[in-house]
Amino acid sequence: MSGIDKENDLPLLIAEGLTKHYGRQLGCRDASFELYEGEVMAVVGESGSGKTTLLQMLSTQIEPSAGRVLYRMRDGAVQDLWTMSEPARRFLLRTDWGYVHQDPQMGLRMGVSAGGNVGERLMAVGNRHYGNIRATAADWLGRVEIPQNRIDDTPRTYSGGMRQRLQIARNLVTAPRLIFMDEPTGGLDVSVQARLLDLLRRIVSEMRIAAIVVTHDLAVARLLSNRIMVMKGGEVIEAGLTDQVLDDPHQPYTQLLVSSILPA
Amino acid sequence: MKTAMNALALTDVTKTFTMHLQGGLRLPVLRNVTFDAAPGQCVVLTGPSGAGKSSVLKLIYGNYRCDEGSILVSAGGSTVDIAAAAPREILSVRQRALGYVTQFLRAVPRVSALDIVAEPLMSKGVARDEATSRAAAMLKRFNVPERLWSLPPSTFSGGEQQRINLARGLLPEHPILLLDEPTASLDANNRAVVVDIIRERKQQGAAIVAIVHDDAVREQIADAAVDVTHFATAA
Repeated sequence: MSGIDKENDLPLLIAEGLTKHYGRQLGCRDASFELYEGEVMAVVGESGSGKTTLLQMLSTQIEPSAGRVLYRMRDGAVQDLWTMSEPARRFLLRTDWGYVHQDPQMGLRMGVSAGGNVGERLMAVGNRHYGNIRATAADWLGRVEIPQNRIDDTPRTYSGGMRQRLQIARNLVTAPRLIFMDEPTGGLDVSVQARLLDLLRRIVSEMRIAAIVVTHDLAVARLLSNRIMVMKGGEVIEAGLTDQVLDDPHQPYTQLLVSSILPA
Repeated sequence: MKTAMNALALTDVTKTFTMHLQGGLRLPVLRNVTFDAAPGQCVVLTGPSGAGKSSVLKLIYGNYRCDEGSILVSAGGSTVDIAAAAPREILSVRQRALGYVTQFLRAVPRVSALDIVAEPLMSKGVARDEATSRAAAMLKRFNVPERLWSLPPSTFSGGEQQRINLARGLLPEHPILLLDEPTASLDANNRAVVVDIIRERKQQGAAIVAIVHDDAVREQIADAAVDVTHFATAA
């Protein structure tokens, strides 16, 4: 009917009723959605709205109190992430997924050279040839606009923007199918943010990677994502196409968020 | 089979905005909007400013959510009801079949004018080289100086940005085109370029819904007129 081939078009990731309580405190309640290959979904909301809790449950960093996450593996088998073995889950995280932290120090090895940071992910998926690893690492540093002559320097000597770009290269070098990003432009200068966003937008669309981006910045959501979920008080209160939700918000809180943006 | 023949069919489309920050104020803008557009036909929306003409286009594009009614879009042998479709179905229809052109360019930092124009073609699956050369031809047609092509348009004049946006929106040969004042504030030469392209698209079988304030342009492109004040609600 719609031009989308429904037989062969299955979600990459399915979240079903994801709920997390911290003691008696609610972190996230009953979040459900499906994410398809190549889709970029933004999760927006203020601090404490539950968006980071949701991201951590999806990426298996914290175990949900209720609900489950299903993921379609490269071989087509759909697996429940919390019934997989710990090693299988770790392997998935290292190869098929990426995770871009707000603070690049969390996602990089600060004492290892830039080339080593990127090469390490390649070795984790079985690459052993030093020359190939170095060439691929150099190629990726170029794609994220890090000069070739900085490949042997450690990220300690890099600016914040360069560190963030290096973290992105480290994540994308294994051609993951899904990438999680937690405030990827947080803490960067506006001009550095624009460069990073443009880079992310281009790479994600060229590689057709699915992405879930947590941000409190609606401009970031508009630029990067096709779909959006708005969270408040641990619940998803509104979801849809990004331009639809931002141009025609229905919920009082979403209207407040949209109207709070200062015009540029 | 009315819907099979029309590229676009709106039936009883109703839209009300509820402004929660103004104490839940309800602003009914459109009620029972019903019209259709056949392939090769250009329907012009008329009515005074504020009647809801742009809202009609935004509803068809899926940018505004429809409260009631249906918006059937037919292209490539399939029909989608935009009013009820999932986000990814709307995205797919936009990519394949639905062009939406306004006067305003939403500039993306650091992306060149040429790439901005070529992008919709590439997302339709056209190879980069071909998309780029067709984009270049379109920019030339709109008299955008070649020295600007490799620059991001954020620093361009309003008129230059508008022409880049028109080139971007009119380049992919979408079966359905939504045009929101495409010729506003253009000079006579570029206005004529827009009229020529619209005529070409009609000949290729595109169904077009347009808002045009310029009477001369309207007469040159319109096959039918729909007065939106008929659907305006007495607010």
